[in-house]
Amino acid sequence: MTAAPDGGKTFGRDVPRMEDRPLVTGRGRFVDDIRMPDLLHAAFVRSAHAHARILGIDAEAARRVPGVAAVLTMDDLRPHLSGDRLVTALPSPSFRLDLHRPVLAFEETAHVGEPIAVVIALSRYVAEDAADLVEVSCEALPAVEDCRAALAPGSPVAHSSAAHNLVAEFHLGYGDVEAAFAGAAHVFREKLWQHRGGGHSIECRGLVARHDPVDDLLTVWSSTQTPHPARQILSDLLRRDPDRIRVVVPDVGGGFGPKLVFYPEEAVVAAAALLLGRPVKWIEDRREHFVATTQERDQYWDVELAVDADARILGVRGSMIHDHGAYSARGTNVPYGAAAAMPLPYMVPAYRLDVRCAATNKVPVTPVRGAGQPQGVFAMERLLDRAAQALGLDRDEIRRRNLVPAERMPYATPLKTRGGMQVVLDSGDYPGCQALALLRAGWEGFAARKATARAAGRRIGIGLANSVEGTGRGPYEQVRVRVAADGRVRVATGAAPMGQGTRTMLAQIVAEQLGGDMANVDVVAGDTAAVALGFGGFNSRQAVVAGSAAHAAAIAVRTRVLAAAASLLEASEADLDVEGRTVKVKGSDVTIDLGAVARAAAGLPGFAVPGGQPGLDVTESVVIDEMAYANASAVAEVEVDAGTGTVTITKITFAHDCGRVIHPGLVDGQVIGGIAHGIGNALFERMGYDADAQPVTTTLGDYLLVTAEAIPAIDLVHMSSPTALNALGVKGVGEAGVIPITAAVASAVEDALDDLGVTITGMPLSPAGLLARIRQATTP
Amino acid sequence: MKPAPFVHHVPRSLDEAVEMLARVAEDDGRILAGGQTLVPTMALRLARPSHLVDINTIPELTRIEVADGALVVGACVRHAAFHRPVEPGPLGALLATVVRHIAHLPIRTRGTMCGSLANADPASEWCLVAETLGAMLELRSVRGTRTIAADAFNLGYLETALAPDEMLAFVRLPLLPATTRFGFEEVSRRAGDYAQAMALAVCEIEGGVMRAVRLGLGAVEGKPRRLAEAEALLEGARPEPDLFRRAGAVASGLAEPVEADEEVAVYKRHLAGVVVERALLRAASIATDGSSHEIIRGVP
Repeated sequence: MTAAPDGGKTFGRDVPRMEDRPLVTGRGRFVDDIRMPDLLHAAFVRSAHAHARILGIDAEAARRVPGVAAVLTMDDLRPHLSGDRLVTALPSPSFRLDLHRPVLAFEETAHVGEPIAVVIALSRYVAEDAADLVEVSCEALPAVEDCRAALAPGSPVAHSSAAHNLVAEFHLGYGDVEAAFAGAAHVFREKLWQHRGGGHSIECRGLVARHDPVDDLLTVWSSTQTPHPARQILSDLLRRDPDRIRVVVPDVGGGFGPKLVFYPEEAVVAAAALLLGRPVKWIEDRREHFVATTQERDQYWDVELAVDADARILGVRGSMIHDHGAYSARGTNVPYGAAAAMPLPYMVPAYRLDVRCAATNKVPVTPVRGAGQPQGVFAMERLLDRAAQALGLDRDEIRRRNLVPAERMPYATPLKTRGGMQVVLDSGDYPGCQALALLRAGWEGFAARKATARAAGRRIGIGLANSVEGTGRGPYEQVRVRVAADGRVRVATGAAPMGQGTRTMLAQIVAEQLGGDMANVDVVAGDTAAVALGFGGFNSRQAVVAGSAAHAAAIAVRTRVLAAAASLLEASEADLDVEGRTVKVKGSDVTIDLGAVARAAAGLPGFAVPGGQPGLDVTESVVIDEMAYANASAVAEVEVDAGTGTVTITKITFAHDCGRVIHPGLVDGQVIGGIAHGIGNALFERMGYDADAQPVTTTLGDYLLVTAEAIPAIDLVHMSSPTALNALGVKGVGEAGVIPITAAVASAVEDALDDLGVTITGMPLSPAGLLARIRQATTP
Repeated sequence: MKPAPFVHHVPRSLDEAVEMLARVAEDDGRILAGGQTLVPTMALRLARPSHLVDINTIPELTRIEVADGALVVGACVRHAAFHRPVEPGPLGALLATVVRHIAHLPIRTRGTMCGSLANADPASEWCLVAETLGAMLELRSVRGTRTIAADAFNLGYLETALAPDEMLAFVRLPLLPATTRFGFEEVSRRAGDYAQAMALAVCEIEGGVMRAVRLGLGAVEGKPRRLAEAEALLEGARPEPDLFRRAGAVASGLAEPVEADEEVAVYKRHLAGVVVERALLRAASIATDGSSHEIIRGVP
């Protein structure tokens, strides 16, 4: 494959984002900005119980409220739907229970916030007033809160129809683990708790659904990451031709994973718009987001590391219990991603992790930026720190001895992806990346700084973590590129932007081949009317898969442009180039407008098509099954206030490699955003539930998101190891920043407290918890 | 998150406001000033007042001035008014220091000092200031005017001595002698979050010893309190780190956190000592060990 050059006309350059002008001038259009005549508003009646049997729903009082158009329960919707559950989990042989979400809960509710009924009214105010009057009679059932207790014998069950709470179990691994441990010079064990919160995009979820009887078209404007899959689910559920459904993604104020899931509210609002013959809007509020939008939450790890006398890794083994939540909304990909990420940066000859996913009466768990990978990295890095400490090695040295060396690339690991394909680390220089991060962070000189600070009564520390991340999840993303009769270049795709600059990225790739004028490129993204097939945005994939398809389609259109222009100008294709909005004969001032070429290429009745192929219009779906592996090394510096247990992160140095860079500014933005997310995971974000599985953090006052004041100086260092897996040589970057941060922070906090022997075995760190450990260590 | 229906009343004078309040008091009528607690609570439908008496248009209540040895602050004076000293003495400097710990800038431009006092959140910085300095609160109703000390007004955890038909119209904070020193220390998870513990130390240093010591602790118990035992320890003593550590230990010993969670209660008791010690160090202008970090952003 040929790789595009860095720093082309538009590729590789910090071109202005085409998204910015409308956004900063207040002309963005988010889903709640969509208004239309006759619009009705939905409010959901949600379960107040973590687990209860539904005995009856009395909506009469609500229906009588002036302004209420309808109150709908599952009984009202069932005749209009093909089924009463959303079957959306990715397939896996590991499932032991089928826990598909009901469209609306009808027999039983399995978590607080589960939708039971919907009120459709003239305004959201009236809808909420009426929703208060819907009486749901319930018989409370025992609730399952703790995923470890859920798997213990005699535990209550999260679903009364299930015999147990073991949703899925699987193991990931390879090699002779028992022999590796039997022959080890040293074995280290860690028991870890890891918690991640939710996505908490600034814009919560929401949609508007409208049926146009003239075209018999159901249009759904949804703040989703996956428009094409949403259309298919709606098509199946509503028994409606997919061509009579259009899902459009307007401007989106952040996704971070949870918006890749299809939710009950989307099905209900679309069905209600059809039933009532009027457009319906539902905008999720923040309180709903806490109890109805998917999260990541808890994992409990018990893992061991075996090394030889030189601290070279012989094997890793252990088990992990994963809080799956009440239903399977996406599958087992979070624990799978965690397990797969654990050994990746290192040469681990034998590995086995046994994973059990436990049903709990809490919001379903699906990926949040990083999708389990930060947890896997944390587990590995904690073990390496423990080994280094015990063996008297520097933390960087034990990693240096075990990182996959650059000369072994591509490195075929014995691991398999969830689709059964072998994991091959395609490119990169992991030891070089670590060395670069350490150099930039001043790792060597830190001991002296630490001693000076300690003498002044301050506790500072430094920590390190490495991560390798599978990006560019296949199989493809369809992209159509054409030159229209007005000479403009039109790009269309189902790839779904969430604020990360996807349109700019695609336009750069296409403009590179078709004149280099960003202002001449229009991009329609996240619209099922744009192309036939698509997936959307998740798994750091769109630059890789949509970018590759855009590149291939643009090259194909360019070939057609040159062929048609050669015929029109009676010139040789080799003498032509596309410059701006024209095709030019090189070394002359003979040109022809792109629009004129497009009109000619459309053909005339009875005349030959210039260039031989009709239309400057090509759709490509470049299939890429293998994942492109990006890598990073993070160094965190912290200061610990031993009086209050407060940790302040004072600096992050982040070296990373996402292959060839399409837009340096966008890459920096993605990485910095990911780092901020990781800092939130390390110090702040915790979705709390009490022992009865009632959520206790349901406002942004109780649930602490990271804020600007907690973001330290960040030093980004880029490496570029182009992958051979796609023609552009690019790897994904959307999740890169978050993955090694909790591990690096834990390492740094331990370093700041090294004289006390305080160990960090969980995330997030709470000041109270850390102070308790400090006091335990300092109390004689 | 839309509030339940309510009637919005807009009085044009203080007299009209208390008349309106008297009419709707029995029907869960509430005063609306800055609304930074009440309005979000209504959006969550945790509060459902049927009537709001909106006092934001009453000019008299924006009054802020020095009179009879006290700073008089009307019910509509926003937190942001204190960003710069409102009077040239130590009180103005103290208020300008404390205000920067109250939530975030947009909230400070709407929320009011009197609103914080009337809300009586245990973590309110102004409640701690009022308690420590011995503020006097002027309450109005159609039945007349009464003045009450901050300590008697605050009944602990969102409870006050306000009758349903009464509103807090003015607070009077006594001016401090020109030689007064103060130190304020707060621990919160993020800048702008509710305090987990805070302390305010006020004193004068004469002839190398501390005089007129006032020491207040907030956010640990149901309401802020003066620490008389610690004040007695400090009064007439030389300001020294060891003494402050002992004062902190006294504070920890006295503190009775209301938290049900034992880990949180233990933590808060510990923090009580830390904030007291650090507030005293600040008051005495002795550098803390450097590990205390005050992060202040968003002040124009």
